[in-house]
Amino acid sequence: MNLFIIKCICVYFSGIGFGLIVNLPHRALNVAGITATLSWLVYYVIINTWGGLGAPNFFGGLTIGLVSVVVAHIKKMPSILFDVPGLVPLVPGGQAYNTIKNFALGDYRVAFNYLSEVVWIAGSIALGFIVAELINKIRIKIKYVSRGWDK
Amino acid sequence: MADNATRQENYDHLVLNTCVLAGRIMIESGSEMSRVNDTIMRIAQNAGLKDAQVYATLTGIIMSGGVKEVGAEVGSIDKRAFDMEKVAKVNELSREYAAKKIDIYQFRDDLIHINDLVATFPLWLQTVGAGLVSGTLVVVFQNNLPDFWVTFIVGMFGWLVYYFLNIYIQIRFLSEFLAAVVVGALALIAVKNGIGVKADDIIIGGMMPLVPGIPLTNAVRDALSGNLISGPARGIEALISACALGFGVAIALHFF
Repeated sequence: MNLFIIKCICVYFSGIGFGLIVNLPHRALNVAGITATLSWLVYYVIINTWGGLGAPNFFGGLTIGLVSVVVAHIKKMPSILFDVPGLVPLVPGGQAYNTIKNFALGDYRVAFNYLSEVVWIAGSIALGFIVAELINKIRIKIKYVSRGWDK
Repeated sequence: MADNATRQENYDHLVLNTCVLAGRIMIESGSEMSRVNDTIMRIAQNAGLKDAQVYATLTGIIMSGGVKEVGAEVGSIDKRAFDMEKVAKVNELSREYAAKKIDIYQFRDDLIHINDLVATFPLWLQTVGAGLVSGTLVVVFQNNLPDFWVTFIVGMFGWLVYYFLNIYIQIRFLSEFLAAVVVGALALIAVKNGIGVKADDIIIGGMMPLVPGIPLTNAVRDALSGNLISGPARGIEALISACALGFGVAIALHFF
């Protein structure tokens, strides 16, 4: 439990740290950290209940996409500002490193195992993003139609 | 009458110029393509060019006004970096223009002087940011609390190497490669001297500020929004970055 709280704080600061690197506007830094924490919490809950690699990353990516669109709407800033830092705690860094290391050591079978994990995780996150974008497009459509704008 | 026509022509030229400039700044700062297209079209439509067409790729923009007298304009893009504040600023300016708070002359002037309008974080703060990313992600990914401070410092050094080489060499892949060598070497040296606990974890953390996360996300988005030129191009950019980082670590593992 202690480690869990430390991890939450760490995720928040990792979002802010990445924001500092890519020169986010000052007003966006705090929100970017919160987006990162939220998406990681979703990821954490799902990986500890359902397990697997695909579902946790998919729902993590989905959360980033949805939260960043909502936040972008409130703050009147582009949504890319919030989903880039949110992505950082989900990036398959450990697996990518192990792939490279095993390639370098000549252990190709292990390397390919890790490589397929990396591809699988990256694909799931991307799929989450796409579904979030789809939901957003449907939402805009419904808004226009309900206003009677027939377009 | 003729005077009026020339004035209109000049105005259309100015609008085209502003649109291309806005698009260039957005692509150079790492925005995704659909947003670039969207912003440019919105500016053109607000300025009265109803039939404007834009073709934006990762390395250049072509835009035509849809008016006979004006023709088209080309803008080339040579280098790309990540500067989210510029993306936000262009977005804000285009909103202000749409709301008629600023006119097209003011808009263009602000775009030309965008470097003075947009604040950048000082180098020490960026370095601390890199350290934060590195240190915290070791805890998140590997549950490795004791290595937090070592990774913090290794990540800072890696970022500094990357930053300064980027200024002097101007080849991004080379500076990524050398930064990865430095991260790997420092991690292994730290473990040999008993400062760090697990070299693998420190390297994973130290690499995180350099990992091409934004190009990868943008690649997927561009490809899925139907931009089949920019999506794969960005994918290749990300792939080469990842390979450069990988080779760097492999060399460090080999020699230290």
